[in-house]
Amino acid sequence: MIPAAFSYERAGSVEEAIELLSRDEDAKLLAGGQSLIPTLKLRIARPGVLVDIGGLDDLRYVREDGDWIAIGALTRHAAIVRDAVLERRCALLTHATELVGDPQIRHRGTFGGSLAHADPASDLGAVAVALDAQLVARGPNGERTIPATEFFTGPFTNALAAHELLTEIRVPAVERGVYLKYQRSARDWATVGVAVADVGGRVHVGLASMGGTPLRAAAVEEALAGGASAADAAERAAEGTEPPADISASSDYRAHLARVLVRRALEQL
Amino acid sequence: MTSVALTVNGTPHEVDVEPRQLLVYLLRETLGLKGTNVGCDTSSCGACTVLVDGESVKSCTLLTAQADGSEVTTIEGLASADDELHPVQQAFHEQHALQCGYCTPGFVMATVSLLQENPNPSEREIRQALEGNLCRCTGYHNIVRAVEAAARAGA
Repeated sequence: MIPAAFSYERAGSVEEAIELLSRDEDAKLLAGGQSLIPTLKLRIARPGVLVDIGGLDDLRYVREDGDWIAIGALTRHAAIVRDAVLERRCALLTHATELVGDPQIRHRGTFGGSLAHADPASDLGAVAVALDAQLVARGPNGERTIPATEFFTGPFTNALAAHELLTEIRVPAVERGVYLKYQRSARDWATVGVAVADVGGRVHVGLASMGGTPLRAAAVEEALAGGASAADAAERAAEGTEPPADISASSDYRAHLARVLVRRALEQL
Repeated sequence: MTSVALTVNGTPHEVDVEPRQLLVYLLRETLGLKGTNVGCDTSSCGACTVLVDGESVKSCTLLTAQADGSEVTTIEGLASADDELHPVQQAFHEQHALQCGYCTPGFVMATVSLLQENPNPSEREIRQALEGNLCRCTGYHNIVRAVEAAARAGA
């Protein structure tokens, strides 16, 4: 499979990337390419211009910033897995990232690229919403911060404007977090994924593959805040969700998996 | 066309390529390095695995243009100049870790990358680290033995 023809621009800086994006309505950003290139090969995506930001090494970092950890958007999955600061202060992200794709994909794929791709089955999307991560975007009019819970606007669509790019993801330091996923086979997407974290004394629950975007299991969180047991709260995991039916699972089965995985994750927390 | 400068198995190349060219086709068709196979062509099977700057990557899921400035190693680049097999190749040979051989270059390259990151993996770690490579001759048991043998040999 060969992608449809496109023209290719290599951005030497964030500013240049924004400028290149602004020049053409049909331009698309290329980070690690581990989601985009398969969709180009299937010709699901046929951009006129690819703006390659993969060489922007200054967007690869992990820095402590008080109670937060700032992660450059182009930090590769493999680097996140190896990062000692994250393992100590946000191990939920470390462990979830270890389950993304396979080693080859983790060597090239980036944290920001994965989030911007906005796959509803994404492990990292569920983790980002559970953590209340803050996503920093830069565009022609400067910088703005988008909460993860507002970033995902639909399947494979996000809140970035046409000429904006993601530069940084900020996650809170958390002492307790668990990510569990059920998959039919090795390196399959999550049939259902569940991220649970204690953020500032409140338990947050994120869900992958339970609707058109990564979701928060609001009913579970409410029940826990009201003193419900893990088992009772987990019974409400599918409330307010619209789990898809596809070759991997029916909607009912996904709802069942969500209840089981949320219970297990809460028990492990 | 896009100009790309990269090193493949120690030899520098400067090429002008169509932006949509995938690295695996530069390797196979332009440079004639046909040890790197195309299997599934969907980033699943790992037959096209090569090292880019020392790390395993699926060359069907990388544009040649993205490899600009990189050092690429393919299966042809592992053996020494006098054709002595790389310890991982030797271990796959001795442990009979292949049948038809189609997936083997990818498994070998994935193993080289694994052992650089984790020189003494457990059996479980080996199986997890090779989840991006498929063998349809059901040769996984001997592949795991070969990786263990290569690790013992200090690959």
